[in-house]
Amino acid sequence: MSDIADRVKKIVVEHLGVDEGKITEGASFIDDLGADSLDTVELVMAFEEEFGIEIPDDAAENIQTFGDAVKFISEAA
Amino acid sequence: MFDLTGKSALITGASGGIGAAIARALHGAGATVALSGTREAPLQALAAELGARAHVLPCNLSDPASVEALPKAAIEAMGSLDILVNNAGITRDTLMMRMSDDQWADVLDVNLTAAMRLMRGSLRGMMKARWGRIVNISSVVGATGNPGQANYVAAKAGLVGLSKALAQEVASRGITVNCVAPGFIATPMTEVLTEAQQEAINQRIPAGRMGTPEEIAAGVLYLASAEASYVTGAVLHINGGMAMV
Repeated sequence: MSDIADRVKKIVVEHLGVDEGKITEGASFIDDLGADSLDTVELVMAFEEEFGIEIPDDAAENIQTFGDAVKFISEAA
Repeated sequence: MFDLTGKSALITGASGGIGAAIARALHGAGATVALSGTREAPLQALAAELGARAHVLPCNLSDPASVEALPKAAIEAMGSLDILVNNAGITRDTLMMRMSDDQWADVLDVNLTAAMRLMRGSLRGMMKARWGRIVNISSVVGATGNPGQANYVAAKAGLVGLSKALAQEVASRGITVNCVAPGFIATPMTEVLTEAQQEAINQRIPAGRMGTPEEIAAGVLYLASAEASYVTGAVLHINGGMAMV
């Protein structure tokens, strides 16, 4: 779990160029971390690549926060 | 101006007259080029002429799996893919009343769907690099229509709409998507026309002559350059004044 969270965090830091401290469980990619819609697509694709999983569009729509991402990937990976 | 040193470009239809001229222009500006097409011999000949920084990647654009593999092969060969030129095109001319579903589908598959797949497959690297240039070769008939070419015209007009939609999606990432729309261009395809046919064509062109592949390539070079960074979703018509749209 913590390993997944660390890897997700690393991807978010790389893609959005945000401070690691800002990435809390409930941090919203768009509202808190400054992502736009294209960033969220890039993040989902980066998660798919990193974890070797497929994230369908309807699931991707529900991944709004850092916690959502970690939860989804933990269940899928 | 127009220095492409360090950039990598994939050109489809590079075995044809216009595609080869585009490849020469981009290569001449310093780019590494990947030459794609169905006929390998002319591609090899062009690569030999260009010398260094030229790769041959044959591809049948009517085969979806081959199309999906092409951007990956280009990145493997060149290290990156910064510039995509969708130039390949086929015709299956006939009047609409006689047009079969196959004639329609063949032209749409190669001229429009393959271009979409290549764009989709090229975007990821461009997004990461925050730099990319996509140039789609449309046609004057995409804007004016042309009898006997409903399939070709639909595909060429479709490229314009597709380019404008994608241009809006990726503009914030330093990626531009534009079209060049050639008019009548002198190529081996037009050389088979009789003198009378050529004369009839020239009379419809204010410039009084057909264009050259180099005149199309110059427009592509501009749109592929760093200097064209603020041009996106545009259609550059190069047609000797034949249609002022």
